[in-house]
Formats: sequence, C-alpha cells, structure tokens
Amino acid sequence: MAEDYKGYRGKALSTLKNFGAQVWSDVEIETTKGNYKGIILPRSETADQFHIVIKMPIGYNIGVAAENVTDIKIRGRKEAHYKIPEKDFPRDPSKPNVKLLGTGGTIASRLDYRTGAVIPAFSPGELYGSVPELATFCNLDTEKLYGVFSENMGPEQWVGTAEAIGREIEKGIDGIVIGHGTDTMHHTAAILSFMVQDSPIPIVMVGSQRSSDRPSSDAALNLMHSVKTAADSDIAEVMVCMFGPTSDYYGLLHRGTRVRKMHSSYRSTFRTIGDIPIAKVSREEITPLRQDYKRRRKDRNVTINTAFEEKVSIVYYYPNMMPDIIDSLIDNDYKGIVIAGTGLGHVNKPLYPSLKRAHEKGIAIYMTVQTLWGFVQMYVYDTGRDMMELGVIPAANMLPEVAYMKLCWALGQSNDPQKVKEIMLTPIAGEITEREPSNGYLIYQGGLPEVEEFIAKYVK
Amino acid sequence: MKDFLFKPFEEMTEKDYETIGFKSGLEIHQQLLTDKKLFCRCPAGRYSTKYHAEILRHMRPTLSELGEYDGTALMEFKTKKDIIYRINRDTVCTYEMDDTPPFLINDDALDIALQCGLLFDCSIVDELHIARKQYLDGSIPTGFQRTAIFALDGKIPYKNRTIDIVQMSIEEDSCREVSDQGHTRVYVTDRLGMPLIETVTGPNMRTPFEVAEVAEICANIVRSTNKVRRGTGSAREDVNVSVEGGTRIEIKGVPKINRIPLLTYYEAMRQWNLLRLREELHKRGITKDTFQASSEDITKIVKKAHYLPVRNAIEQGLKIKCVVLKGFAGLLNWQTQTDTYFSKEISDRVRVIACLTTIPNIIHSDSRGDNLLSAEWQNIKRSVNGTDSDTLVIVWGNEQDTDMAVKEIIIRAKEATIGVPSETRQALRDGTNGFERILPGADRMYPDTDLPPTRITDERINKLKEDLPEKIWISNEWYIKLGIPEDTINDLAISKFNKLFKFLLSELKIDPTLAAVVLIQFPKRLEKMKFDTSLITVEMMKEIFRAYKDGLLTRDGIFIAMQKSITKGKFYSELLPKPVTSKELEVIISKSEEEISAMRLFDPDKRKEILLGHTMNKVRMTVEGQIVKEKIFNKS
Ligand SMILES: [Zn+2]
Repeated sequence: MAEDYKGYRGKALSTLKNFGAQVWSDVEIETTKGNYKGIILPRSETADQFHIVIKMPIGYNIGVAAENVTDIKIRGRKEAHYKIPEKDFPRDPSKPNVKLLGTGGTIASRLDYRTGAVIPAFSPGELYGSVPELATFCNLDTEKLYGVFSENMGPEQWVGTAEAIGREIEKGIDGIVIGHGTDTMHHTAAILSFMVQDSPIPIVMVGSQRSSDRPSSDAALNLMHSVKTAADSDIAEVMVCMFGPTSDYYGLLHRGTRVRKMHSSYRSTFRTIGDIPIAKVSREEITPLRQDYKRRRKDRNVTINTAFEEKVSIVYYYPNMMPDIIDSLIDNDYKGIVIAGTGLGHVNKPLYPSLKRAHEKGIAIYMTVQTLWGFVQMYVYDTGRDMMELGVIPAANMLPEVAYMKLCWALGQSNDPQKVKEIMLTPIAGEITEREPSNGYLIYQGGLPEVEEFIAKYVK
Repeated sequence: MKDFLFKPFEEMTEKDYETIGFKSGLEIHQQLLTDKKLFCRCPAGRYSTKYHAEILRHMRPTLSELGEYDGTALMEFKTKKDIIYRINRDTVCTYEMDDTPPFLINDDALDIALQCGLLFDCSIVDELHIARKQYLDGSIPTGFQRTAIFALDGKIPYKNRTIDIVQMSIEEDSCREVSDQGHTRVYVTDRLGMPLIETVTGPNMRTPFEVAEVAEICANIVRSTNKVRRGTGSAREDVNVSVEGGTRIEIKGVPKINRIPLLTYYEAMRQWNLLRLREELHKRGITKDTFQASSEDITKIVKKAHYLPVRNAIEQGLKIKCVVLKGFAGLLNWQTQTDTYFSKEISDRVRVIACLTTIPNIIHSDSRGDNLLSAEWQNIKRSVNGTDSDTLVIVWGNEQDTDMAVKEIIIRAKEATIGVPSETRQALRDGTNGFERILPGADRMYPDTDLPPTRITDERINKLKEDLPEKIWISNEWYIKLGIPEDTINDLAISKFNKLFKFLLSELKIDPTLAAVVLIQFPKRLEKMKFDTSLITVEMMKEIFRAYKDGLLTRDGIFIAMQKSITKGKFYSELLPKPVTSKELEVIISKSEEEISAMRLFDPDKRKEILLGHTMNKVRMTVEGQIVKEKIFNKS
C-alpha cells in the first residue's frame, strides 16, 4: 500500500486515495485553478504534505495543491524503469583482469523518489552499458560488497572490504578498483592501507563528485582512470584515483595514507597532503611523479590484518575547550584519543588534568595537527613538553584521520601502550614521512599576478 | 500533395499560406532585470569576453527520469567534442563551473517571472519543481539547464481570436559560443546563469507576419513590467514552423523580431520542397524500404586529383570515401530554399555530427561546380559500381570522422524518403536556416535533486498582483480612447511610467495628451540632447507634475525642470524660479521692450513677435506663453 502512494502524506495522500490515483497513474487532474495532465510521481518524503507531483507530457514536473483538486481522471499508467542498458562485458584473454568492488557512493547512481536524492546503483553490465570505453583496458568483473553512502561506512565494511581484497588477490586478479563515496574515501583508503599489507597488485579507490546522472559527471572518466591504473600500472599500493584539475583532463593517484578530501564540491577535491602524488593518469598513460612506490609483483602473497578497536575518538581542539570533553571519553571507556591540536600540536592548560587522568587509565593519546600540513613538534614550546609528560604522544606528520584509523587498528592488535606506540610510530604505508619536500605544501593564493598567470596558462 | 510552387517572399498571400497549411508558434526567451544570477550570487548582465582561466569538459548522455536516453543526447555524444569554457572570475563563480551545488532560487527573479505569468493570464503553479534539461552541446557546463515551469494555460487577444500561452518557465541562461572548429567548441560564460523566462505560445499563427506581430506583442507584455532586460541579446526567439504534412521544426535563437517573417517563410519553403522531394523519390520507386546506399574508400582512386580540398586531404594522409545513393541522380541539386539545395542538408549533418567543419566538406556528382574532372567522376563511378541514375557523395577526413560522415550522409538521404526530419535549426543571416541538432524530446528532462520544491503561496501572488501594470491590450485601448498622440501609445504601455500615467490622470487630473507627451516624447528629446534619461525616476516626474498642477511650472517649464532634475539627480522646489505676478510680468515686458528698442530690427513689422520671444526666454518656466501673448498683443 505504501508503495502505491510512495512518499505521500496528509492531505495529498487522502486526495490521491479518494480518487484511487496511485503513483505512476497517467491522469488528468481537475482543480479550481485549472486542469493538468501528467503522470503522478512519487513524492520526496522530506517535501510537504499539501502537493501532488505530476510529470507533464513535456517532461517538466509541477506540484498541484491537493486542496484545490476537484477530480482526478485516470487514463492509464506509466511506471518508470530506470535502467542503464545492460550489455555483457566483452572478454579478451590478452587483457588483464580487474575486479571492481562496490561499496556504494555516486560512481553509479540513480534517483530515489522518496528522498529526492540520488542513490547508488551498482551492476556489472550497467557499467559497460554506460562506459563502454572500459573494455579497452581490461576484462572487468564486479561485486557489490555494500550499498551504503560514504558516511555510513564503518568497521564492518572496512573489514569486509579488506577480506574481499585478500580473496581476490589469492584468486589471481591483476588489479582491484573500489567504488566508494567521496566523503570518507580517505578514511577507507587509510584503513585499507593498514589492513592490506604488501599487496602484489594495485588497489585503486574511486568515486565521483558529480553523480553519473549528470552529463558532465566526472564518474566515467574517474572510472576509466582507475580501471586503467588497476589494469596497467606497476604501483602495488592502496591509492585514491580522482580528478587532478577540475577539467576532464587527467587523474591523480594519491597514496592512501596521505590523501584528503579538501573541498566540499569541487571535482579536484582530493589532494596529497605534505607530499606529492604517486602518479598522473590519463586514458592513454600512467606517468609516475615519483619512484619510491611499491612495485607490482607476480606472487600472490598479501597480509590481511583486520584488527580494529572501535572505542577510539578524534578530538578537534578549539580554544576554550572544556576538560569535560576529555572526561566524557574517559568515562565512556574509550581506549584511544587522537587530538587535532593547534599549531605544532597544542591544547590549553585546563585540559591537562583530564589528559593526565586519561593516560593513567591507559588510554592512548596521540597528537596531530589541525593545520594538516606540517609535523607535530612538541619540544619547541614548554606546553608541548608538559603534554608529553602527561603521556600525549606526537604522531609526526600523520594526518588526523589517518592517525585515527591507525590507532583503531593498533589498539585492535594490542592493549600494551608500548606495543601500540611502536605500531603507531613505525611507518607502514607512507603515513609518516621522514621529510616534507618543499613542493609538498602548495596552496596558491589567488589574486597574485604570478598565480593568475599560472592559472591563465594551464587548464585548471 | 497539393500542387503548389513557392513564390517569392513578397508575392506570397495569406491564401497561399493557407494552402500549404502554414502553422507557427513561438518560444520567447526574455532575460529578467535582476542584480544577481538565478542560482548563484554572481552579478547579472555584465558582459565581457575577457577571461582569466579555461576549463575543459566532455558531455555524456544520461538517462531520463523515466529511464530513456534522449535522441539529441546520443547525437551530441557521437560528435565527441572537447568543450572549453572561458572563465572570467568577476562574472562567474564555482557554481557556473559546476563545482559548487546551486544556491536557492533568486526570489527577485521568480517574482518578476510570476508577474509576467499573471500578465499573460496564466494560472500559476502551486509548487515549483526545478528540472534539469539536458544540453549536451556544452552550452551549459553542467550539461543541463536548471529550469522550472511556473505558469500554464494563458492567453492573449490577437485580431479576432486568442493566442494560447501554453506554458512559461524560469531558467538560467546559457553560454555564448565563441567558435566550433573540428572537435573543439569554445564558450564564454558571462551570460551563463542569468535569469530568463521562456514563454511558449500555441501554434496559432498562420502567416510569417502574424508570427512577428505576436512576438512583438509578447515582448511588449513582459516589457510593461519594466523588470526585464532590454538591448541586444536580452530577448531571443525560437520559432516553430510546420506546413501540412511537414514536421514541427524549431529555428533557434532568432535575435531580432523583424527577421522572423523571412525565416519562417524560408522554413515553410524548405519543408514544402522536402515534401516535394519525397514525392519525386517515391515516383522513382525509392521509399524507406527500397532505399539503397553503399560506401567505399576511394583514397587510392583519387590520389592524383587536382581538386584542392581533396589533394590537401591526400597530402595530410586523410581518408576519402564515396557514398553511392542509388537512384538519386540530380536530387542533391533539388532546391530547398532560395539558392539552397538538398546537398546543404547533407553537408550540414556532416559538419555538425561528424565534426568536419571545413567547408566544402562534401562534393557530389550532381554538382556542376568545378571540383573533380568529369573523367575523374567517371573513374570513381566505375570503381564504386555506380550508374548514371545514382548520385555519388564524396567526403574526406580522419578515419573516424569520415566513417561517421558516411553514416550520416546515408541517414539523411534515407530520411528524404520519409519527409522532414525532426530537427532544431539555426537562423542564418540571409533568412535561410541550417541544421543544428536532432529535436530533443521530453526524455531529456530530469528532476533537479539539488534543490527542494518551492511552494508559491497565494499571499505572494496577491502581493505581486497589486504591483502589476495594466495589461497592454487593455491599456492600449484606453490610450486610444483618450486620444493621446499615436506614436506615444505603444511606448507608454511598456514605459516605466505606465503606472504613473494612470495616477496623473486620476489623481492630478492632468491632460492625457500632456502627460503622454511629457512622459514619452520629452525623454526622447532629452536623449537627443545627450541627457542620461535613465536618471529620470517615477518620483521625480510625480513631483514635477505636482508643481505643474500647483501652477508653479508651465508646460515648457516641465521640460526645463526635467533637465535640471537630471543634472541635480533629483527634483526639489528650489530648482523652480519664483512665481511671477501679473505686475512683475508687466515690468519684465517693459524691460524687454527697452532692450529691443536698443536693437536694430531686421523686420520691424514683427516687433511684437520678437518681444514675445524675448520675454518668453525670461519667464518660460513659470508663465504660459498664452498669458504673455495676451499682455503684449492686447496692450496696444
Ligand atoms: Zn556564480
């Protein structure tokens, strides 16, 4: 019944029921203001209860006030079948085999009438139907692991994805692509970098900033770049593959532990922080920007370690933060805290007693910087030294989200503070670097003549 | 098919248009006068081709809400264009670049649109739903235009009937094309995102002149709000034309109304002649089912040709292909429009779809022009197994584009056996038109999931109604009855003073002719004198007329007061000279008499007239000429 009047409530619902006009009915609605012809569409659940939505023959939708409706004549029914033409993916034994694991996100999507938003849709044949170019790179198989929005990814999905990667490697796949929503892609990239170690093949995370229901979507090109990378590249690491510039031009391959989403909506939102990306990728070629990456191997050896402790929090420090923030974590049995401190890694004095109490209770506390770029350095000022004495451990230049993920993983393996510290401070996948190259921090300031000259000269 | 041959434009009669079943409707795009754009807060109406950066996009077709691909979308995808947008940071933000989601709709723009809807007697929709209308030509970086229907089912009186207003939508304007060469199309983005309304009429117009007349009326109706933009490019018409047995063809982007009659005439002629061509094909036994065509690579065969485009193609290593259209002999020279032939239909498709943009992009064996030598044609004909009853079409380019071109040539030739293909066409300078794209359908509409529906309340509508000008057909009738000068009628209806005019008559009891002359003709005179008449406000004119009503100003004084007010930026009573009493006037006259006595007059008989003029120069603003005249002429 609910499906028959999908999304309708109150006056609108009673009006539709009164005339027996279900969703997808082709109708003629008579109102006190005029008559309308069209198909009754489901209504977004967040929209009001006073209007009936119809799609008119010219394709536009309008909302008709239910209170003005005097009659609804039902002429027929036309239900939408949103279906991307499905075609069998061609197979070519001379091409590498790539597996696309789906977790959700907007890489492929369709419309949800209840929320009015796009929801993820993932099916193997659909991908070939909408991006046939993929067949030039590889033989593609897909598996839908999950269908969740990026923000709903959690330990269950991370563990499951890591295990799926292990299975695929064992089976002999040449490269793995993981479709993922972009909001938390860098979180997942980080945890997979820890859970999957010494992979012999590329593991490429990809998503889109514009859903594939838009003609200028970045989804198709991102997908091509990621599949190309998984099939052809010799980079055997967990990477994020997304637009370099905002233009449909090339993608960048970012190391999974150094990448971060830096703009809420730009296509070129992902940036390598404090370092440079591993490579540039176009449909034609992969151009490494550095040489210190792990190479592809023929063997099938990989270590999957899915240890995970959920009681870890990240605290974004602000001036005037009260100690009760830390206290509540202590009282709720948290086992680890990552602080994103100001400057070189600071918090205010009033927090000290609480930090001390946390330390004494055995809670692991690690300091990162909310400036994102740069190292934690707690020796420069006395406050830093004081904090270290309280048991706060500087986490070098680990990004706050990466430190969070790593602490979850480390605490999942051991409760011994020394052991945890050893895991935390031993770089595994580039999460801590020995040095920051001078081109690792580049946020150009618009308005300066030399910057404007650069922008004018190169495709953005 | 009716036996009718098109006559020259000037000789076509209403009866002729009736014979061919001429039908036409309009889609009128009108930019709204707002400070900001429709879905972002960038300034509207600042045009500049200067740019600071470029971005590159490609467009891919997506599914419609009902799960179907749109025909146009697939055509545009076939063309595979690199689309370059030139970004000027002063007029474009990250919204127009499609790197930021839309902001809520500009309420000022929506209010203006709703007022226009009310003036067309439309019913306003209860809830506004923003749709995405796909444009894969790249004219909008998102690949779609945000648009929403806000009004339906209006009508306007015309002659002894009514013209239907089918629907009105509010939408964001698109980019302006800079160039389109090969696989690269370039756009400037200054106009992008500006609010405009599209008004769609029914196909109610029966001659090309009616189309132009109705366009003019519709333009005046929206202008009467004084909240729409004027000037070049601010209003653009799409004209739909069909003839009996033909197809509804949309001619896009007609920039000036006076070009409509010739354009619609030529489109009607094109359709009529395409239908005649179909008849001829059927006579030859060529139908959609019997149609035959083949193609062959003839690069080797023409490698010694002297015809320059072909020789260049050979030198560049391009492919040259020949299409054989079976039984088509002579038909590529079939006239479609004046000096335009069926070959142009084919060449246009090759240009747009296969991106072979350098003209000529085809040659054919029906042409008598100087391209290949007849021996060369014979040679080709033999090698592709053509006969004298066939037409050969030759096209050249890189392999991919040439293959696409061959397909399109065959598609277009086959369509000739069916009739007039559904297309949108672009208006050309000479009045003819050229292929733009396959006509898009309802399948390209998709709801915009980025923005919530907007309820349009009765309170909002009622408030807008209070501020509405009189409908122009009503005010025009009233103006005629008032007997105001004919040349002020239309201008007054669309003037920013149209509401003031009504006020002046009803509240201040001003003479209608005086009010019309002051409000319409005076500003024109001032403009000629290089005054910036845009500075004249309704308030200013109200004050001036009050002063006139109070006897502080003469008719002539109004004109001078307007000049002074423009210069000062507003009207205040200090701008007026002190009123002159009868006594003071006599003093001024005697003073003038003295001055004149001191002059040597060329024509002493005209002494009194000269005195009148001399005096008037001193008291023009405050004393009516009639009073001075009486004083001077009745004195002696
Ligand atoms: Zn903007």
